[in-house]
Amino acid sequence: MKFEVAIDVMPRREISDPQGQTIERALPTLGFEGFESVRVGKRIAVVMEAETEAQAREVIEQACQRFLTNPQIEHFSYSLTVTQGTA
Amino acid sequence: MTKPQVGVVVFPGSNCEQDVVHAFRYLGAEARYIWHHETDVAGFDVLVLPGGFAYGDYLRTGAIAAFSPIMDSVRAFAEEGGPVIGICNGFQILCEAGLLPGVLRRNTGLKFRCIPIQVRIETTASPFTSSAVEGQVLEIPINHFEGNYFCDEETLTVLERDRRIVFRYCSPDGEVTARANPNGALANIAGIISEAGNVLGMMPHPERAIDPEVGGTDGEVIFRSVMAASSLVTQG
Repeated sequence: MKFEVAIDVMPRREISDPQGQTIERALPTLGFEGFESVRVGKRIAVVMEAETEAQAREVIEQACQRFLTNPQIEHFSYSLTVTQGTA
Repeated sequence: MTKPQVGVVVFPGSNCEQDVVHAFRYLGAEARYIWHHETDVAGFDVLVLPGGFAYGDYLRTGAIAAFSPIMDSVRAFAEEGGPVIGICNGFQILCEAGLLPGVLRRNTGLKFRCIPIQVRIETTASPFTSSAVEGQVLEIPINHFEGNYFCDEETLTVLERDRRIVFRYCSPDGEVTARANPNGALANIAGIISEAGNVLGMMPHPERAIDPEVGGTDGEVIFRSVMAASSLVTQG
């Protein structure tokens, strides 16, 4: 089966995000009001093959924990869509 | 007396390896480059992971380099007690590889900092500071965007308790103050050692402070200490 996976990596809540804070301060200067708690992360988009969805999830989670994120400062969430094969 | 043999690991994107090799040769050691795809570190007394932007800092600083083939050999060398120094990007790689605790985050203040700063030597009970004096203030340049050291509270407690914080950012007269902190690093941490004490990670660049003609000589004491320590090991 083939899957499209979108992994969102975000700085942990308890950790300050100077980039997000700076963007938050810049928004009102451009007239964009009402924004708060701005945080900046990244999205890693992958296409992957696995026998089953459960197997795909296991591999993604391992890859996120070992390599794609640094759990000391980041957390992740992901969504997965079947693009080929049976769901 | 045989000269200490220093291996300087080169990753794609390293850019301080020549300075490190020059510094060790200038101080009387033998130094040569080790490409990151090599795995043989036999014959070396000291290994250095130099500064730069390994793998373009893609994903996170040091994250991809931490899985380079050489890193298994660096880990084995460290486990046998061999001294390892990670400078700047090298420090980031050692953290990502799990050889040192914590992580280097983006500087607070949103600035790439390239300036001479002062650090205070917090302990001389390490192979990297044994020739120095406790409380000694060194002026060494920094050159980084991600030097903001962070670890959880538990780890910080252990680092403090076991005196593993080797360098702290300080004022020219040796006061550890918020003002002297160039990047937001937790507890003004500029350099730490591993639990066994033989792996050092530091953000400042001692290799840029070994020649009176260029940037002073305050970095010398770190390299001289590790050269002395490795000679003792070599001579049994």
